[in-house]
Amino acid sequence: MIVVASGLLIIGSIFALIAAIGVVRMPDLYCRMHAATKAGAFGVSLMLLGLVVVNPSIRVLIQSVMIILFFYLTAPLAGHMIGRVALQRGVPFWKAPEAEGIDRRKTESEDSSLKKDSRSLT
Amino acid sequence: MFSDIIPIPEWVIFVIQLILGIAMLLCVIRIIMGPSLMDRIVGLDLLAALIMAQIVTLVLVTGFLSFLNVAVAIAVISFIATVALARYLEQSDDSES
Repeated sequence: MIVVASGLLIIGSIFALIAAIGVVRMPDLYCRMHAATKAGAFGVSLMLLGLVVVNPSIRVLIQSVMIILFFYLTAPLAGHMIGRVALQRGVPFWKAPEAEGIDRRKTESEDSSLKKDSRSLT
Repeated sequence: MFSDIIPIPEWVIFVIQLILGIAMLLCVIRIIMGPSLMDRIVGLDLLAALIMAQIVTLVLVTGFLSFLNVAVAIAVISFIATVALARYLEQSDDSES
């Protein structure tokens, strides 16, 4: 029991650390949002499950499940609103660096998305 | 209210708090040097999640189950703050970011 709970807690905190590293190291606002919402929510829910395993009472179970459900219901909403505002304000997209001397073949969707002005999307 | 908690070993608590502390430090770095305002909002959102994880650790250390209510409140407040900031930035028309 203690081993399972400790494993859940440590793995959850490592997921939170991965989310923070992603927020610092990702090259773009949209990539940063991706790292922060998904990995952060997953890490916190793993830690809450670890707490449930440590203390299996009905109150802790109900509150933990409530927090996890609320987190997973509201994280996409918040991410969507931030992403829409960023697109409206013209936060630049990250462009992958080209290798020298090699023509990278562009796909169809990439070509069309590069031509459009980001402000005119909304 | 106290509860009879199964004691987690102390080094596990130490490792969890160390990892979460490093994560919060990285988050603060992004909040300080974020190029745009939206980067700072993303950093604050993640920082609220990390504070919730710290509260779970606090429940494990002290055994006060009432701290879980604090976690619920922080989840609600971080969501409302994010949505309010996004709406505010959406409606204001000046191009200062």
